Amino acid sequence: MAIKRRTLLAGMAAGSAVLAAPAVMGASRPKVVVIGGGSGGATAARYLARDSQGALDVVLVEPTRTYYTCYFSNLYLGGFWDLENLGHSYGTLAARHGINVVHDWAIGIDRDAQTVTLAGGDVLDYDRLVISPGIDFVEGSVPGWSVAAQNRMPHAYKAGSQTELLKAQVENMREGGVFAMVAPPNPYRCPPGPYERISMVAHVLSERNPTAKILLVDPKENFSKQALFEEGWARHYPGMVERVGPDFGADNVSVDPEAMTVDIDGMVEQVDVCNVIPAQQAGRIAHLADLTNDSGWAPVVPADMRSRMDDKIFVLGDASAQGDMPKSGFSANSQAKVAANVIRHELLDARLFPARYANTCWSLIATDDGVKVGASYEPTDEKIATVDSFISQTGEDADLRRQTFEESIGWYNGIVADMFT
Amino acid sequence: MLTITPPPGQRRGQAGLRRSLTTLLAAMAAAAALAGPVAAQSGDSAPETVQSTTTIPRAVELGDVEHGRELWEFECAACHEMGPGAGDGIGPQLNRVFGRRAAAVADFPYSDSIRRMGRDGLYWTFRTLDAYIENPYALVSGTRMSYAGLDDEGDRADLLAFMRLYSDQPGDIPEAEPTARRVEVELPPEVLEIRGDREWGEFLASECTTCHQRDGAAAGIPSITYWPEDRFVVAMHAYREGLRPHQVMQNIARRLTDEDIAALATYFATIDD
Repeated sequence: MAIKRRTLLAGMAAGSAVLAAPAVMGASRPKVVVIGGGSGGATAARYLARDSQGALDVVLVEPTRTYYTCYFSNLYLGGFWDLENLGHSYGTLAARHGINVVHDWAIGIDRDAQTVTLAGGDVLDYDRLVISPGIDFVEGSVPGWSVAAQNRMPHAYKAGSQTELLKAQVENMREGGVFAMVAPPNPYRCPPGPYERISMVAHVLSERNPTAKILLVDPKENFSKQALFEEGWARHYPGMVERVGPDFGADNVSVDPEAMTVDIDGMVEQVDVCNVIPAQQAGRIAHLADLTNDSGWAPVVPADMRSRMDDKIFVLGDASAQGDMPKSGFSANSQAKVAANVIRHELLDARLFPARYANTCWSLIATDDGVKVGASYEPTDEKIATVDSFISQTGEDADLRRQTFEESIGWYNGIVADMFT
Repeated sequence: MLTITPPPGQRRGQAGLRRSLTTLLAAMAAAAALAGPVAAQSGDSAPETVQSTTTIPRAVELGDVEHGRELWEFECAACHEMGPGAGDGIGPQLNRVFGRRAAAVADFPYSDSIRRMGRDGLYWTFRTLDAYIENPYALVSGTRMSYAGLDDEGDRADLLAFMRLYSDQPGDIPEAEPTARRVEVELPPEVLEIRGDREWGEFLASECTTCHQRDGAAAGIPSITYWPEDRFVVAMHAYREGLRPHQVMQNIARRLTDEDIAALATYFATIDD
């Protein structure tokens, strides 16, 4: 395990006062620690290690041994994807790219000492730190709900056992029952995600439990791909989905997990399955390291994803506040490549290239009915700004929608190869 | 180890999967049947072809050559050439493909997957080509041929009847050049002559590899690995000008300069991942 740099330097200083520190550092490889092995972190670690060909010491800190992607977990809910195809291991990153994969929690960052403390007690030092910790929920954002109640009312917004639980609850719901979703306020992970999930639940219910109803309680006026989803729900699942918006009090919602009720501005609904997706903020380690602002997210420099609080730290993906890019796996993957190039430039004098960012989000509405939205982005001084965008159109023919779905499978296989192989 | 997901063609339904497997088994049996005689005469290895010892049906018996010619234009000619002077493009040239060992065109950058099938004794016959064209991924799982497959058995027979014309003895190959490619965009020579900055191309390519896999595995999203540079350049300009219809690709291409495109073309033509 890593030797603390201060200890090392202290030892060297004691041993030979004339030996200059830079010469000592030159004998060892520059160290980059990456916290979080999702779309941002795994991509960053892989590109740092692969492109530096051993010149960097790359440590990836990720508590889970199998990473379940959030993207495509809705397809698993809908029966279009297998759970084992959502799970990915870190073995190739270690074996092929020489990344030191440490399965542990990062519980503290000492920004002055440039060290990361792990729950297991180890201390890692770094020349550059990349954090890509994803999201945490804002406590109390849906009164009555807490993580302690997540078995009664799953969030299923971090993939894995929660996704399995929600799938089982949907499949075993009583005949003619009510599935409710409390959707999150902006900004949150995967803007079309809640609505793709509504589609997938509707797909399952329309086959297994066609008299069931879906109640979507949404605090937002509008949502991602709204016209496409609403067209699809009317076509594939007529009469099944009812959306309550803020005009009917959906911005004032509480739940009672014991009673299985949802209180919408005083109107109490008895439900059978309740998916609560709370308001979100940057993952905990970003707060512990004091990298977040009042918004709860970690502001970054648009040109390179560097924290505005600390120039040795880069923040990727959902946890970052960067501007126009949606909080998505694709965005995190795109941002990681920019940060990796900058870090290799700073530590290894690699050629520096100007940032380019992109994102596409595919969603599945029903069997072979896929849609997408995407954009390209460039940094300005204040934010990452959209330069060009596109979205699927309503009324597209079935062949194009099927092709879009098949393309989404190609993308899934592409991005996980770009992260894990 | 990464979980490999079957391509969409295999996931769509049990019926499709069963049909593909049946065809696959038939293809494997055919390959095995032909491997024997070939091994026996492999001393003469210069042209890696097998002289038919069984009756290969005459072209006219396979299907409708004229319909096959139309199918070739729509389905194949964007990547493959046949006829006098045919060369390798995105895919290998297909003159005399009947009887040829899989992955046998010298210098063509085949996928490891199809090279292995060739070493294992896959020869292109009516039955193996039929299986490959029906669902490339069912026969050669890691192929870089980005082709969803031709479902209709009659269509495949027509297409193969047409292709069979180019597999007879050299003297029999028709003189006309029916496979001349249409040019999607006319690019000035100075654009085609830009030397790509490979390192810049590699950085730009990281935007591509979120979807297009570096090793060329193609399922749902086509392979762009080892494309000839000129073909890559023309394709990207066609997206940039909106002549090729795909929202994501047009969006990506619109912000690429001529130099960016040349850099990407150089990188993907010489990728070594």
